[in-house]
Amino acid sequence: MRIFDPHIHMTSRTTDDYEAMYAAGVRALVEPAFWLGQPRTSPASFFDYFDSLLGWEPFRAAQHGIAHHCTIALNPKEANDPRCTPVLDELPRYLVKDSVVAVGEIGYDSMTPAEDTALAAQLQLAADHGLPALVHTPHRDKAAGLKRTLDVLRESDLPPDRVVLDHLNETTVGDATDSGCWLGFSIYPDTKMDPERMVRILRVHGTERVLVNSAADWGRSDPLKTRHVGEAMLAAGFSDDDVDQVLWRNPVAFYGQSGRLSLDITDPGVLHEGNSILRGGE
Amino acid sequence: MLTPDPPPDDPWITRLDKALRDRLGDTARTWLDEALTEALNEATSPAPAAPPRWEARFASAGRHCVRREPPHHADPEAAEAARVLILCAARADGATVTRLYEHGTAAERRAVLLALSRLPLSTDGHAGLPLIEDALRTNDTRLVAAAVGPYAARHLDAHAWRHAVLKCLFTGVSVDAVAGLAERSRGDAELARMLGDYARERTSAGRPVPDDLPRVLTLTQLSPLSADAPAGLPNDASAGPSGHASADPSPEEA
Ligand SMILES: [Zn+2]
Repeated sequence: MRIFDPHIHMTSRTTDDYEAMYAAGVRALVEPAFWLGQPRTSPASFFDYFDSLLGWEPFRAAQHGIAHHCTIALNPKEANDPRCTPVLDELPRYLVKDSVVAVGEIGYDSMTPAEDTALAAQLQLAADHGLPALVHTPHRDKAAGLKRTLDVLRESDLPPDRVVLDHLNETTVGDATDSGCWLGFSIYPDTKMDPERMVRILRVHGTERVLVNSAADWGRSDPLKTRHVGEAMLAAGFSDDDVDQVLWRNPVAFYGQSGRLSLDITDPGVLHEGNSILRGGE
Repeated sequence: MLTPDPPPDDPWITRLDKALRDRLGDTARTWLDEALTEALNEATSPAPAAPPRWEARFASAGRHCVRREPPHHADPEAAEAARVLILCAARADGATVTRLYEHGTAAERRAVLLALSRLPLSTDGHAGLPLIEDALRTNDTRLVAAAVGPYAARHLDAHAWRHAVLKCLFTGVSVDAVAGLAERSRGDAELARMLGDYARERTSAGRPVPDDLPRVLTLTQLSPLSADAPAGLPNDASAGPSGHASADPSPEEA
């Protein structure tokens, strides 16, 4: 079973997690920029975080045989803090980077005017940079939050097939499907979705345009939840091909729209020998 | 004092340019032409708006310099070579390489580090030193390996250089990456002491000594050639004039 986790916060995870993920079949992941649990108080703190998503974390992942890409954005929660909003002006220089495959996580947290502004501005940045967008749907007042998200999306330049609506559940999957966006489901131990409910949704909605992720982070979460969904699908009678579509081909197709997905893993050790083209120049 | 610009017909750059073009397909070669033209034009008549346009090319090289054969997978070595050529064409100065490094992904940082010795860095020529030092502080072996090139050999003082060698041994970066290894280790009694202590620490913990360690140790035991001492590095005197690397730091015995 080859697995692409399209939403996981590896910054908060250990090398044991990387090992277990590789053993479970994870060969690629996308780490979206998000809130760190501890509020940030200045743009510089974001820049160091973005740099680690573009430098150190891909290095850690490659050591464990996993291809690492990221999404970059000002998250909805911190979009409400005027000390953080100057980050928006600096996003363009990050959005041109090779391993940035989407703008995200954007969306709503408390549905404030500041969140409206940040969401609209960042959807425009995605359109301008030829990138898809990872849109987080709010945990509180989710159904209303999704409606408001869809209104903003309709007014944006970004077509729905370049948007994934994440953290969906039984109450929001219908509206999300009708929107034409990709459907993201986060499988969590206590909150969000669990593998059995995920299988029931897949039975009703099919496997098209569905992304399943662990959204594992610093909270009580499990980076192997993607694998658990694959196993639950097989137990429920889905084929290996169905599992491959949901856990590999769908995320490859969605993030592949960036034109920047690179699923070969370069062993960091190879680069110690020096670049063979540069050596040829000597 | 300004370091003179590299001659436009620097044979190293010419060979690198040819080697890269031989590797790229038509689309990527066209992209490279445009990138180098932009960089060259803005080097001769800088655009009033900063940052210059070629910097976007520098960032996006990885998705353009891909393998010639379908499905056109990424070719990190080609992208790296393209980035080095772009920096050379733009004749990036100290302020530019500093900005690109600080704002760069690991791949962009590597390209800056690898290009440093080919660039006309302004004023005292030390503008790249803080970048080398930054890379040597990381545990990202891709950056460590790129940091210990000719620029480091020329500009790191004796203490920092010894720690760079030790860092390679610690992190598993082959010392083949270290430019000027033989010249700078020669007769360096302090480096010999550090290597011996490290070897003892490993063996007393029942762990293997890195394969490269005895090799560097042997180099330190050669007598120094005074003519080889890198210029302008006063601390080099501390390398010890005698060349008698003390006692028996040989790992087998430790
Ligand atoms: Zn998340």
